[in-house]
Amino acid sequence: METKELKGKETRLMKGNEAMAEAAIRAGMDAYFGYPITPQSEVLEYLTEEIPNRKGLVLQAESEVAAINMVYGAAGAGARVMTSSSSPGVSLMQEGISYIASAELPCLLVNVSRGGPGLGTIQPSQGDYFQAVKGGGHGDYHLIVLAPSSVQEMVDFVFEGFRLAEKYRNPAMILADGALGQMMEKVELPAEGSLPHIVPDWATTGMKNKRPQNVITSLHIQPEKMEDINLHLQKKYQDMESEIKFEQEDTDDAEVILVAFGLSSRICKKVAELAREKGIKAGTFRPITLYPFPSEAISRLAGPNRKFLVVEMNAGQMVEDVRLAVNGKSEVHFYGRMGGMIPMPDEILAKLESVL
Amino acid sequence: MEQFLINPECLVYDNHIETLSSTPFHYCPGCGHGVAHKVLMEVIHELGIQEDTIGVAPVGCSVFAYHYMNVDMQEAAHGRACAVATGIKRVLPEKYVFSYQGDGDLAAIGTAETVHAINRGENILIMFINNAIYGMTGGQMAPTTMPGQKTSTSPYGRDVLSMGNPLKITEMIAQLPGAYYVTRQSVHTPKAVRVLKKAILKAFQYQKEKKGTCFIEVVSNCPSGWKMTPVDTISYIENEMFKFFPPGDIKVPDAKPLVTVTAEQEN
Repeated sequence: METKELKGKETRLMKGNEAMAEAAIRAGMDAYFGYPITPQSEVLEYLTEEIPNRKGLVLQAESEVAAINMVYGAAGAGARVMTSSSSPGVSLMQEGISYIASAELPCLLVNVSRGGPGLGTIQPSQGDYFQAVKGGGHGDYHLIVLAPSSVQEMVDFVFEGFRLAEKYRNPAMILADGALGQMMEKVELPAEGSLPHIVPDWATTGMKNKRPQNVITSLHIQPEKMEDINLHLQKKYQDMESEIKFEQEDTDDAEVILVAFGLSSRICKKVAELAREKGIKAGTFRPITLYPFPSEAISRLAGPNRKFLVVEMNAGQMVEDVRLAVNGKSEVHFYGRMGGMIPMPDEILAKLESVL
Repeated sequence: MEQFLINPECLVYDNHIETLSSTPFHYCPGCGHGVAHKVLMEVIHELGIQEDTIGVAPVGCSVFAYHYMNVDMQEAAHGRACAVATGIKRVLPEKYVFSYQGDGDLAAIGTAETVHAINRGENILIMFINNAIYGMTGGQMAPTTMPGQKTSTSPYGRDVLSMGNPLKITEMIAQLPGAYYVTRQSVHTPKAVRVLKKAILKAFQYQKEKKGTCFIEVVSNCPSGWKMTPVDTISYIENEMFKFFPPGDIKVPDAKPLVTVTAEQEN
């Protein structure tokens, strides 16, 4: 077999979807299974073009249902696996994701989300927040959810997503949106082969050297056993709290803090700047891990002399988690646009002024 | 975990092979699954490929197949065994991969995964156990339920006008170029079991040669679901199921298409 040259560090101008695909190859992804859907099809397109000359394998599945189950099989066989889709496709994958979470298979899922519900629109949305952070499928489980706000972070979180997924034996999801997937920015790509991968000993790779049988399953018919599995999962989710990431700016003296993730957080930075120009002491807080959620950090910021304005491209989803974290210590307001609409800084600023 | 029905000191003879665990089958008396499990595992034992084989269990009566089959296994979601097997085989192309699926799993909810895995010519063995009923959930109508057959969801008999005909998925997938070896066998007589075993042996040989998908339908029975004695199920297989699902090869490599070899002819 010919040896394929590994690519070194590189700076390029890239579209979000293509940058993620390139990052996946560089992160040592063994296999990708996916199905086309706007606005993320470039991931599959890029990989089908690149992978024949690079490392790994890519397969276009007959549906998102098949794709996620191929991910299950390959992850269970010890490979570093990824799939990506957009909102309706991610809905189709939910059954498989629940099985993957229960069988504790590490893998990376990407949702380049679009406006819904239903077939909705192909324009960007954050309407899948609940689906991503609350489990999404049946049963008590969570994904590790990373929310990038730039093309660079889409690259970085591919590496981080694989790392966390493998560390915790848990599926990780990058929750992006159609705008991040489609826009071009300068990115620094890490060197290929910089994320080592060891085939885990629980994988179904064949009973070499007469080792005992490995079984990948989510079926435990005795409720006592299934409860034990659940307790184990819940303990794992608690342990994950050490991975919480967030970003805050100008919060020390802030009378109002704008809380937003992903694309909205970039807009909110501009809003905070405009507010400061007007003499309003505004700060920003951006959860980077949506699950585990930075509840404690938000709680620390809460107090009677400070208000929160949560801005999302949905009908108000993360705001519920912010309210839980604030726990009545501050007023929490919400501004959202839906159905693929992106809020403009001036409309958010107007809302901000109205709540002070 | 190891349970014995017979105390080891009382065993008169032991035909234990390392590919079958000592866990007693949970299958109903007279059910064909036990025999199908056994011949499949005998072949893996005889070929000496236990450490190179990964199986995929379905949702259905054989959901616990991995309790009995002592090879690495993955339990798939209902109908997705062929997709899971694809995922395994693609990342471990040098290993032997098989799926073991019932009629509801393979021919109803998993039709798309089945057809497309075979269309891609995935180099795997698909074992399709057709007993014309949903056994695990308590005897509901399956895609392969016979016309007029009474089940808990066709209590007046399968009415083909409103419920459709039994699905001949094996004939359907035989048309696909990715299907290399397609055969329908059964487990209703010792003779039939011997022929089935030969078919499984061939399928693993073809997989070693990377020929494409091998598909073995096994016409089986369900005494509990059919509400018959095991003996009566044998006559039902011969007199009713074989009308729709005649045993024999459907697609064999390097031969004229649609050559039929039945258990009777073989002997």
